[in-house]
Amino acid sequence: MTTQEVILHPASVVAELKKNDISHVVWLPDSETNFMYQLLTNEPTLDLVPVCREGETMAIAAGLWVGGKRPIVLIQNTGIFEAGDSIRGLGLDVNQPLVMLVGYRGWSRHGLTRDSAARFIEHILHAWGITYYLIETDDDADRISLAIEEAEKTQKPVAVLVGTEFGS
Amino acid sequence: MINNTDAVKLLDSKRNDAIFVATMNANNVNFGLPTVTSNEKLDFPVSGAMSKASNVALGLALAQPDRKILCLDGDGSLLMNLGSLVTISNKKPKNLVHVLFNNKVYAVTGGQPIPGSEDVDWEDMAKSAGYAKVFSFDNLEDMTNGIDEALSAEGPIFVHLRVAPEIENTPVQFRTPAKRTVHTAIADMPETLGVKR
Repeated sequence: MTTQEVILHPASVVAELKKNDISHVVWLPDSETNFMYQLLTNEPTLDLVPVCREGETMAIAAGLWVGGKRPIVLIQNTGIFEAGDSIRGLGLDVNQPLVMLVGYRGWSRHGLTRDSAARFIEHILHAWGITYYLIETDDDADRISLAIEEAEKTQKPVAVLVGTEFGS
Repeated sequence: MINNTDAVKLLDSKRNDAIFVATMNANNVNFGLPTVTSNEKLDFPVSGAMSKASNVALGLALAQPDRKILCLDGDGSLLMNLGSLVTISNKKPKNLVHVLFNNKVYAVTGGQPIPGSEDVDWEDMAKSAGYAKVFSFDNLEDMTNGIDEALSAEGPIFVHLRVAPEIENTPVQFRTPAKRTVHTAIADMPETLGVKR
């Protein structure tokens, strides 16, 4: 595998969103997914909805979904911890088929994982019964489509953990 | 101060085809929206994720730009999610009216005062957050005379209501269950709105 192939380019992620007719990205910027900001901003088919705190995202997505749109959420794993009650009350409890793109802060395939944000996130998702996929390279990007398909089939939130290998 | 039921009744009488996203006292089964609604199919009660009614309302407002969305919020709820004022104003939804029922207490947990209940200036807060217009009423007569202007203005609009507290002190599992819940709203509202899935 060449160096180029192990990079996740923002265009690959945005292409997945467009392929699945995603209408809104409800988000709070984070260091793992910041690389997508410019492209998301310039994409006319996507409406960005910035929030002040991550727990807002699931509730805004619920309103968009009931109103006929196709939102996704884009936050960091630390935001998942903050947003617990929203994920429970307006995600899991109401069967919202919501895909959450989650910046995987602290993730590494190499050596120790020192960041508790990385150590806890998969345990938390397991505890809630939320399926998740990991994407790190362009080759993984089609897992976003799998996640969307699964969310719609199961009528449950599904997470996509965005690893830290990315390019511009 | 305005009686809770009177305030909800007045708003309901002006609703036409507006969606009501209601929470806490404004949605109480004894003295809130469920007791006076004239169009239950367009009522979206938010429970189970306290403070998030304003966000659900924003999502609906963005998805349904040609329909008026009224969020009937509580002061304790909004304190938990103050950032939503800025989240909402940032998207400038012209069709969103954010109505705050300010009773200065956590009414459903026994009436404990909310933090800063005597000092917080909700009108200034909404103005500073960037709402297009802010209205405030502390008696029913003024609300009756002024609510049409508030509901017809270009949003996002903030309406502050000083309402009398209606105190409950019953654990959640022993309260009278609501006939219409967030689950029923999510199940049937898309069809009501003509949304195809």
